Amino acid sequence: MNMTDMNPAAVAQPGRRFGDVILDLQNISLRFGGVKALTDISFNIREHEVRAIIGPNGAGKSSMLNVINGVYHPQEGKIMFRGEERKKMEPHMAAQQGIARTFQNIALFKGMSVLDNIMTGRNLKMKTNIFQQALWIGAARNEEIAHREKVEEIIDFLEIQHIRKTPVGALPYGLQKRVDLGRALAMEPQILLLDEPMAGMNVEEKQDMCRFILDISDQFGTTIVLIEHDMGVVMDISDRVVVLDYGKKIGDGTPDEVRNNQDVINAYLGSGH
Amino acid sequence: MGFFIETMLGGLMTGMLYALVALGFVLIFKASGVFNFAQGAMVLVAALAMARFSEWANAALGGDSLFLANVIGIIGAGVVMFIVAWGVERFVLRKLVNQEGATLLMVTLGIAYVLEGLGQTFFGSEIYSINVGMPKDPVIMFEGLIEGGVMINKEDFIAAALAAVLVGGLTIFFQKTAIGRALRAVADDHQAAQSVGIPLNKTWVIVWCVAGLVALVAGIIWGSKMGVQFSLVTVALRALPVVILGGLTSVPGAIVGGLIIGVGEKLSEVYIGPMVGGGIEIWFAYVMALIVLLFRPQGLFGEKIINRV
Repeated sequence: MNMTDMNPAAVAQPGRRFGDVILDLQNISLRFGGVKALTDISFNIREHEVRAIIGPNGAGKSSMLNVINGVYHPQEGKIMFRGEERKKMEPHMAAQQGIARTFQNIALFKGMSVLDNIMTGRNLKMKTNIFQQALWIGAARNEEIAHREKVEEIIDFLEIQHIRKTPVGALPYGLQKRVDLGRALAMEPQILLLDEPMAGMNVEEKQDMCRFILDISDQFGTTIVLIEHDMGVVMDISDRVVVLDYGKKIGDGTPDEVRNNQDVINAYLGSGH
Repeated sequence: MGFFIETMLGGLMTGMLYALVALGFVLIFKASGVFNFAQGAMVLVAALAMARFSEWANAALGGDSLFLANVIGIIGAGVVMFIVAWGVERFVLRKLVNQEGATLLMVTLGIAYVLEGLGQTFFGSEIYSINVGMPKDPVIMFEGLIEGGVMINKEDFIAAALAAVLVGGLTIFFQKTAIGRALRAVADDHQAAQSVGIPLNKTWVIVWCVAGLVALVAGIIWGSKMGVQFSLVTVALRALPVVILGGLTSVPGAIVGGLIIGVGEKLSEVYIGPMVGGGIEIWFAYVMALIVLLFRPQGLFGEKIINRV
């Protein structure tokens, strides 16, 4: 069966197609001392898809994301990025490979304006060196202007024009989440990792965020990996879902497959049901 | 009138020099969130390196060219400051990613002692002189405007101008360039900075290098004024109230703070001093800083502290 048939968002945009596997996680195990955070987890992420990782609290979702992002280094298992085995790396190297992320407990640069925050996302794209910048000569200035244009596009896209000069520390939570997303988008990532993008939001903010995520997928073709524990939201916008529980994978498939998986139902509702 | 202006101008020049040292504090705080107690030690090391390298170069050149000896001295001191920056990152900061501000503060206290010790081990602990050809003689200015004119120390004037240029350049560097933005980002949140691909290690080396260069300029100016000796370390203590007054996160704040304290010190010493028996200059700055702290904890120009509850 063709997977696009099952997803309303994908059907609405017939142009969207899943590509090859971009990231393949093979038998990942992660321990902190004696605590097993992840045990023998394998799944893959295909280009252009919206891939969700769900599970109850403490299931290992954030650990998984941090493995992909290069913050944690699994003791066992392999990570294949575009067919090549990835070596042990630091988070900024993941960024250089085109992996951007947002944070569950927003990690913005609080003293800086919305504009400057999003501009930091362009950092890797800037080619002028420190001496050119220090002297503030032509090349550096032109580059700054070019990137500024790109950032303005993102600001328009996320509908935050009215707050572009505001220091982010002064913004309400929902808007901070949006700026966090904007900063990641400014990197023009190949893979966008979203750590609980809807956490703590009201219904309206959640709807906005869903819309943005689907628009990013449609317009930019970005591969999106999303962590959520709000099942409803995930089922609506994801193409495929991985379910974790106690650090183990208990389900993997389309939203419908996962919804009808007995292990998943047990994990979420308790095995008595 | 002439005397008042003269006192004030003297204050402004001294203030500019305080600002120069204060700038070192602000730079490192802005770019790594660390209050760097070692700034005074860095000024000392930079001045010592400069004094000794130019002395050795002068001896090697047979005293032919003071200019060349000074250039060699400055380059040598610049290299020393780069090594200090690299060492601080490699052996200290790298181990302390994501630690509390208080931890990092204590670490800089340690760095200060290490630098003071090492600096004197390598370069000696006598009193040395720096001679970069600064004119020592005072000049009379504004003779047409005020009767008798105003006497200004040329050396102070050049030093103040130099400081002003440095400050202007650094302000632009921090506010307008991508690297400046990256530095501010690292100061704000290590984790988030890494997630957008800003490498912490390189950033820290850059910041400490810039602070080292500022220390070098301050060291050369203060050193040529009062000789290179251990007491240069206390210059940093004089800059402390400047930073508190101006705000730890503001480059222009360091300048204005320096000027206010420089002028305040001199004017109070001259006009209030005689009433209370003098000696005001020594504690005046601290009292001013204290008053500012009571009303504006972030300083006059610091970023507003926003707490969401």
